[in-house]
Amino acid sequence: MVARMIVGAASAAHGRLKPALRLLAAVALAGLASFAAAEPGRTPKPLIAIEKPGQCVEPTDVMRRDHMKLLQHQRDKTMREGIRSKPHSLNECIACHASRKTGSVIGAEGFCQSCHDYAAVKLDCWDCHQPKPGQKAATGVRP
Amino acid sequence: MSDNNGLSRRGFLATSAAALAGLTLAPGIRLVEIAAAKPDAEGVTSKVRWGMLIDTTRCQSGCTDCVSACGKENGLGEVTRPRTDAQWIRKIDLKDLKTGHALSLPMMCQHCANPPCVDVCPTGASFKRADGIVLVDRHTCIGCRYCMMACPYKARSFVHEPHTDQNPEVPRGQGCVEGCTLCVHRVDRGGTPACVEACASAGHNAMMFGDLNNPESEISKRISAVKTTQVRADLKLDLGVRYEGI
Repeated sequence: MVARMIVGAASAAHGRLKPALRLLAAVALAGLASFAAAEPGRTPKPLIAIEKPGQCVEPTDVMRRDHMKLLQHQRDKTMREGIRSKPHSLNECIACHASRKTGSVIGAEGFCQSCHDYAAVKLDCWDCHQPKPGQKAATGVRP
Repeated sequence: MSDNNGLSRRGFLATSAAALAGLTLAPGIRLVEIAAAKPDAEGVTSKVRWGMLIDTTRCQSGCTDCVSACGKENGLGEVTRPRTDAQWIRKIDLKDLKTGHALSLPMMCQHCANPPCVDVCPTGASFKRADGIVLVDRHTCIGCRYCMMACPYKARSFVHEPHTDQNPEVPRGQGCVEGCTLCVHRVDRGGTPACVEACASAGHNAMMFGDLNNPESEISKRISAVKTTQVRADLKLDLGVRYEGI
């Protein structure tokens, strides 16, 4: 009985409520749309800008997981044994990955820093190393 | 040393040495090893011992070309506060008060075969490479400065302030001890230290760089021909840097 009354009232009010409902729906949709747009801001993603697309020295999944191991291995080789081969050298990473805009791998949009900020892993390479490529040391000729 | 016949004596010798070195006795065994720049992927060996000979009779008092070349090459900048700024090489003027005889010489890391800085380092950051170059591994240096106290030549400096203008080949930063690397990044690619190059281009030719283990090298020949001195030879550190005329 009660249900029939409500249905009756609803159908009677149908003509008047229609514009209001439409408005409500529109507001709801707009809200949903703005929520969807706000999605990337809510969960930040690292900015991985590949300035020079092409093949990295290792497959992407290896680089993502193990770049620090490769760098550390090469670091000790270079430091202790004077092995200055290119593939895993930090300077080669920088040469390829430095931003065209800032010329650097650090800064908010820097290849290294954007990801490390996201992962909350402190980068202290740049306390000593130069994050900008170029400025190559001139090499003399040994007599 | 005119070079007007197209092929210099040195060039001729290098070509003939290379041709001779090509003679293979057995796979992997050569008659003469080619004394050229090592390939990038190859490590340093103890067959080579890098050293320097400084002729104090040619070193000019007042000339600081070696010091400024070092600063430029390694990103040290001008030394405006000598008590705290990093100095990898310094010019020293000496005078015998009795006779008035004065001489000038550059002093830097002597690249000892038995380096006291390596002995005292608590972390193993101060180390000697197989080819005799004494370095600091900044990745393990904790900045305790024991090596600075142990060094009889005042060759090491502590970096007090942060830096951002490093040469990509020469990383350096706050909180570590550092010293002359014998321009290891250049040497590994077949070059000579920046100070030696600067001294030669200034026309003084007071500094000579080369392999002390190779009896055919220019530096070895010179050392066998004239009397050279190790500074504080009494410490028996077997220095890589030798001085002539002191």
